[in-house]
Amino acid sequence: MIHTAPPSISQSETVPQATPPTPPRKPARRNLSWLGLVPFLGFALLFLILPVFYLVNGAFQTPDGRYSFETMLSLSAPEIAGSYGLSLKLSFASAAMGTVFGLILGYALLLGGLPSWVRRAFMTFSGVASNFAGVPLAFAFIATLGRLGLVTLVLRDVLGINIYAAGFSLFSFWGLTLTYLYFQLPLMVLMITPALEGLRPEWREAAESLGASRMQYVARVALPLLAPSVLGCFLLLFANAFGTLATIYALTSANYPVVPIVLFQQIRGNVLYNPNLGYALAVGMILIMGLSNTLYFILRRRAERWQK
Amino acid sequence: MSRRFPILSALIALIGAAFFIVPLIATFNFSLRMKRGELSFEAYRSVFDSDVFLGVLGFSATASLMAILMGVLIVVPTAYWVRLRVPRARPVIEFLSLMPLIIPPVVLVFGYVRLYGSSSILPLTMTEAGTNVLLVIGYVVLSVPYMYRAVDNGMAAIDIATLTEAAESLGASRLRTIVFVIFPNIRSAIVSGAFLTFSISLGEFVITSLLNRPAFGPYLVQMGQDFAYQPAALAIMAFAFTWICMVLMEAFATRKPGQRLLPWRAPRSVTKAKS
Repeated sequence: MIHTAPPSISQSETVPQATPPTPPRKPARRNLSWLGLVPFLGFALLFLILPVFYLVNGAFQTPDGRYSFETMLSLSAPEIAGSYGLSLKLSFASAAMGTVFGLILGYALLLGGLPSWVRRAFMTFSGVASNFAGVPLAFAFIATLGRLGLVTLVLRDVLGINIYAAGFSLFSFWGLTLTYLYFQLPLMVLMITPALEGLRPEWREAAESLGASRMQYVARVALPLLAPSVLGCFLLLFANAFGTLATIYALTSANYPVVPIVLFQQIRGNVLYNPNLGYALAVGMILIMGLSNTLYFILRRRAERWQK
Repeated sequence: MSRRFPILSALIALIGAAFFIVPLIATFNFSLRMKRGELSFEAYRSVFDSDVFLGVLGFSATASLMAILMGVLIVVPTAYWVRLRVPRARPVIEFLSLMPLIIPPVVLVFGYVRLYGSSSILPLTMTEAGTNVLLVIGYVVLSVPYMYRAVDNGMAAIDIATLTEAAESLGASRLRTIVFVIFPNIRSAIVSGAFLTFSISLGEFVITSLLNRPAFGPYLVQMGQDFAYQPAALAIMAFAFTWICMVLMEAFATRKPGQRLLPWRAPRSVTKAKS
């Protein structure tokens, strides 16, 4: 049956056709397989591509419907540029701290000679903590380091250190960075683990047999090998922080003007008094997220050369 | 290699552990202090006593379950079809499935509000039901990167081509093959993706809030503005909830096809097979 069906179709098709019979048949058959992807492609088109396209389209128009770069260029207005600067700084600080501390912690856990249950406990916990973002995380840090947080009170009453009098505030730049670190650090530990596991003991033994000290091995062999992975993870953490909104919203009651917060307010009530500027703001976010994610993928491909 | 105790590593691990655990202890302790002068679970009781809490939790759980169902219905046939018939489309489909990681939720919902608003061909946000549908769709989009990865990994572990040929040679239709042959074999992969989806969407704030839905995320923010101790209790519960979801996700993700459903029963069947 399988063998007889195709010829019978081609016969019935070729007979009435005046145009060359074979070329139009082949693509028609291949197209049928593509049909199976229509539900997914349709879903992606309607709820991923078209919404983004709508915003991009709006970002290159003026409010009266003229196509121009004016709207995108108005992102450089001091207030908007300030928001972008703040977002970039916050993302950079939390990603850099997450990368450095995560690398150190990951190194200690995987290659530091600790018992394996310690590593397993940290890995499980990291899986949970890296997903513990948003509003509850903000609550946890308010209860910890807020004005009446437990750690704040213990430091003040037991150790005599009043961190709020010393200028610290959970709702300031460094407080927010510290809060972000709670999900950035475990994410880094999880992300860098494959690269650390890919460092073969032979390389270390080879370096040691050639007389390298531990520091020399780390600085001259391990770090250069890890560099693409580490940089890639940094970019991923950066993007992760840049898109975060709920944590900062709950912590500061939306009073900290990073880009996602400004965009959120704009959607709520057009605070920028220019709908197209909102589109431009969104497109700027997509560009930054897209750039850091693309670089991450490129670096990950590079890093995978060493992890076979 | 030296055999001495790794002091430096232990110190680093200790500091790391302190950073992770101190906020949890502090939050838990804080959540017990609602009654002045004693430790009690008053804050938890007050949360559970409120009808609003149960209402929003019910709403969010329903929306999350719908999102899981819809996600499975979209992702499973697609991943199957890509592997079986159109492997050339894999880069495109994979790129699309990862795109939600690049588009922040706030941007996504901005597009929805404008595209499906009042002057649209498909004015979903104009009706209550339509907005709920859009909310579920938003959750699906957020979870697609994880769902697709989980399902695709599940399919990599089984031989789809052979299973499909076997089913077809016995006369099964395409739909029947997917539902009765492929689906049971990747069930644990789907469940693993489902738990992740559930943990993402249950407390989701941005999309939910901008679509004005009476769900758990906006409720949490409101609680944070109105009360002092209940938020700490909610944070502890959220952490426990995330933990459970991740443990279950992990358990199902590492389960091989055909293995027992309860992970801790698995070793017994392995030893039985050995003897």
